[in-house]
Amino acid sequence: MNDDARSVGHVKPQRARFDETIRLRSGAQLPGFDLVYETYGALNAARSNAVLVCHALSGNHHVAGFYDPENTRKTLGWWDNLVGPGKPLDTRRFFVVGVNNLGGCHGSTGPKSHNPATQKPYGADFPLVTVEDWVETQALLADRLGIETWAAVIGGSLGGMQALQWTLAHPERIRNAIVIASAPKLSAQNIAFNEVARQAILSDPDFHSGHYYERGVIPRRGLRLARMVGHITYLSDDQMAEKFGRQLRHDAHRFNYDVEFEIESYLRHQGDKFADSFDANTYLITTKALDYFDPAFSYGGDLCAAFARARADFFVASFTTDWRFAPERSHEIVQALLHNGLNVSYAEIDCAAGHDSFLFDTPYYHQTLAAYLERIAS
Amino acid sequence: MSNALNSMRGRFDFEIIARWISPGSRVLDLGCGDGALLSLLKREKQVRGYGVELDSSNLLACIRNGINILQFDLERGLSGFEDNAFDHVVMSLSLQTVHHTVSLLKEMLRVGREAVVSFPNFGYKPHRESIANGRMPVSRHLPYQWFDSPNVRFFTLADFDVLCASEGIGILERLAFANGGELVTEDPNLNGEVALYRLGRDSR
Repeated sequence: MNDDARSVGHVKPQRARFDETIRLRSGAQLPGFDLVYETYGALNAARSNAVLVCHALSGNHHVAGFYDPENTRKTLGWWDNLVGPGKPLDTRRFFVVGVNNLGGCHGSTGPKSHNPATQKPYGADFPLVTVEDWVETQALLADRLGIETWAAVIGGSLGGMQALQWTLAHPERIRNAIVIASAPKLSAQNIAFNEVARQAILSDPDFHSGHYYERGVIPRRGLRLARMVGHITYLSDDQMAEKFGRQLRHDAHRFNYDVEFEIESYLRHQGDKFADSFDANTYLITTKALDYFDPAFSYGGDLCAAFARARADFFVASFTTDWRFAPERSHEIVQALLHNGLNVSYAEIDCAAGHDSFLFDTPYYHQTLAAYLERIAS
Repeated sequence: MSNALNSMRGRFDFEIIARWISPGSRVLDLGCGDGALLSLLKREKQVRGYGVELDSSNLLACIRNGINILQFDLERGLSGFEDNAFDHVVMSLSLQTVHHTVSLLKEMLRVGREAVVSFPNFGYKPHRESIANGRMPVSRHLPYQWFDSPNVRFFTLADFDVLCASEGIGILERLAFANGGELVTEDPNLNGEVALYRLGRDSR
């Protein structure tokens, strides 16, 4: 099958409006909200083939396919290599749903949205949302779409945390959780990197305490820096060495602060690209959601106790070069599942791309997902 | 476990192992290959089973066969498993491929109440004859050349008995087979091609 035949093709986002007031984990309330989502494939008559794809920090609802047939490459979904006819998450068999999480900046209600209380954008007044809140709102969307039970919820990194949370919050509504390059909670080091990213944004003079929209500016430098530091943690040392090494832009040392080493150029480019497409308030909120995620917290730190309520089958995968959420973090998840006698398979995948490996289509990685998803489908 | 050994992992030891395992028990299969034993135990004994495999193609086979499979490196021990997590820990035709033999055996009996171990007997008569003739043995259960063998430990039933005695590992049952599944009763250390042990905690 050629690449075109394996694409879900031209897609359009949809919008679901929820008028009910939702109470968030923080105690804050939102008087109704929108979720933007996309679907691929068809829901079967038994409504048993739905798969929810949860996005990570910088992702959104646009998982697969393209928006612009004239420019497919630049408008491609972020996990297009996984989702489509004949791909591991095969849209000929599964009804796949991608959703932009609450607090996001790609269409769902978030800091950029209109605050009915102030008649201005929410900005910093948008409440902090958690992984738990995302799962609750995803459950409302599932209700709206007529999906009682997900065949699977799948996600990488922060997306994997949402898959985990589904098995705890709605054990009867999820048959399989596919948890990739994830962790049961952030480490101190993870939180430290998030804090540096947040401080970069918070200290940008254009941040204006989060109310920058009305001033017609964005805290671009802060967001750019936040992404640069984040991006370092997504790559592996080896991969950076291989890709950039100490390559110089100009063959000689120039003794100034312009780009000299290629890695600097790469990071600046990544930062710029991100600052053009992402919202600083959403970035802040999302890093906090990462920090707060800790299902064992209300069980005295006992992850095994937390998973006692889970009923799903699990597929857990990690990548050897991922130092942000290293394989050991996945082992913690697996151990808690084993303790509870749950069905779990675990793959530790060789891939040089560090944390970002979950977005690549390394053959063995995609084969494991295809094999597991095939098992779910049949 | 290598694919070559998958095919060697005959049904004959599976049937004995299945006899030793009580219905509904919790089973961990170390080096489980494509999951054939666990499939059998699931089907006939309704066990709650997990396999451990490092080999990627075996892992894929297990996923396809609906087996719970964990890609852990056994050389790093069984620290991922809690004490008494399993009723039986099985290691079929893989013990000879592991460096940390003693610690792994002890770990098997930490996480499992009982262990089942099978291994090719280096003291099998044709192997001895081969050595006597000046060449390393190559046979059905030792199918490799000396330079490409995944095996790192070469031992006999007698060697294993001594180790168990010195480490306080209880031998609950010991069987030897030859010719692809015939039970050997006479001088098993000489006539047994493959040994199958059921082990328990401290014999002293």
